[in-house]
Amino acid sequence: MTRLLPHPILSLMLLGLWLLLVNSVSVGQLLLGLVLAWAIPLYTARFWVSRVRVRRPLVLLRLLGVVLYDMLVANLSVARLVSGPIARIHPGFVRVPLRVQGNVAVSLLANIVSLTPGTVSVFLSADQRELIVHALQADDPEAIIGVIRHRYEKPLLDALEQV
Amino acid sequence: MILPWALNIAFVLVSLALLLSLARLVIGPDKPDRILALDTLYVNTVALLVLLGIRLASNLYFEAALLIALFGFVGTVALSKYLTRGDIIE
Amino acid sequence: MTEPLSSTLTSPLWSLGVEILVSLLIVIGAAFTCLGSVALLRLRDFYSRLHGPTKATTLGVGSLLIASSIFFSAQGPGLSLHEILVALFLFITAPVGAHLMAKAALHLRVRGQSGLPPDALLDGQGVAQPDPQAAPRPVPRPASRIDADPLRDAD
Repeated sequence: MTRLLPHPILSLMLLGLWLLLVNSVSVGQLLLGLVLAWAIPLYTARFWVSRVRVRRPLVLLRLLGVVLYDMLVANLSVARLVSGPIARIHPGFVRVPLRVQGNVAVSLLANIVSLTPGTVSVFLSADQRELIVHALQADDPEAIIGVIRHRYEKPLLDALEQV
Repeated sequence: MILPWALNIAFVLVSLALLLSLARLVIGPDKPDRILALDTLYVNTVALLVLLGIRLASNLYFEAALLIALFGFVGTVALSKYLTRGDIIE
Repeated sequence: MTEPLSSTLTSPLWSLGVEILVSLLIVIGAAFTCLGSVALLRLRDFYSRLHGPTKATTLGVGSLLIASSIFFSAQGPGLSLHEILVALFLFITAPVGAHLMAKAALHLRVRGQSGLPPDALLDGQGVAQPDPQAAPRPVPRPASRIDADPLRDAD
């Protein structure tokens, strides 16, 4: 934004993290947190290669809810697969073509894929066009690609904008 | 008293998890398997420390858990990068 | 080892309902932590084993941390929210760690149950010992290697 406060959202997050870390909201800690939240983004601004602008924060918030819910389901499904007979598991690699662009969006998508049902993102092609995903149950690759595209990638496409 | 019982069950389960991860660490067979086993050991240790904190009703264990989580991640990254690149700091 | 626990369970906020909730979260969390390690031991190839610790274990420890947060909030003066910090940290680092370990495994050509993705794709990151069977690199590497992979540090 301005030279003095390059990453307002990062500053806000840092302040929150600091208050969580010290586990109190006294005036002293609040002031110290404010100083840190101002100084750290200023000092590290040059390391931030790419930036994004959040166009629709509500879509992003909804995506967060979806991901949290899916994580719960993911755990139950993995737990069921693991505790059952192993011969029923047919793992495999699935190549997912990507539509999102930019470091932030792609790494967000890769991490979401890792945390949600039966898939772990394993490799990203050098041109960032393809994500290789390892699926625990890869009987139907098309379905996996479809879920990733519609459930996680589309909200990211809608909500984030490369700056 | 339900909580002491729950804690005892949880201690047994998490200790079992530690043993299972240790078994994978010993068996291998590949190097990434061992890194994964170490990573899991770290996370299990965090779980054990959190349980101990509740058991002894002490906040002191939290810092230890946080530090182990941090070092575990750094260790995993360093080992993986070493396998991928041959050295860690280029 | 029983004294500290029984002597502190006298706070006014500590009720049977809270105790049941905390106990439930603790048992569920420990069970998931254990299942993650069971997956680590039982599954057949490295890439499948990756699923257990990244998912089951994070949720397990997350659940334990929520239990701890409720426990200390009900006991002590004021809310205790710093457990969320550890949970947040684990949720952010688990997929990144898994990705790096998987990349290391692909680099070493650790074989999975269903083979490997095509070599031409994986060659983007340079193999330590050139593999005679590997296909020649299809495209020259992009000029800025920093942008090539967001999960990898700059060279």
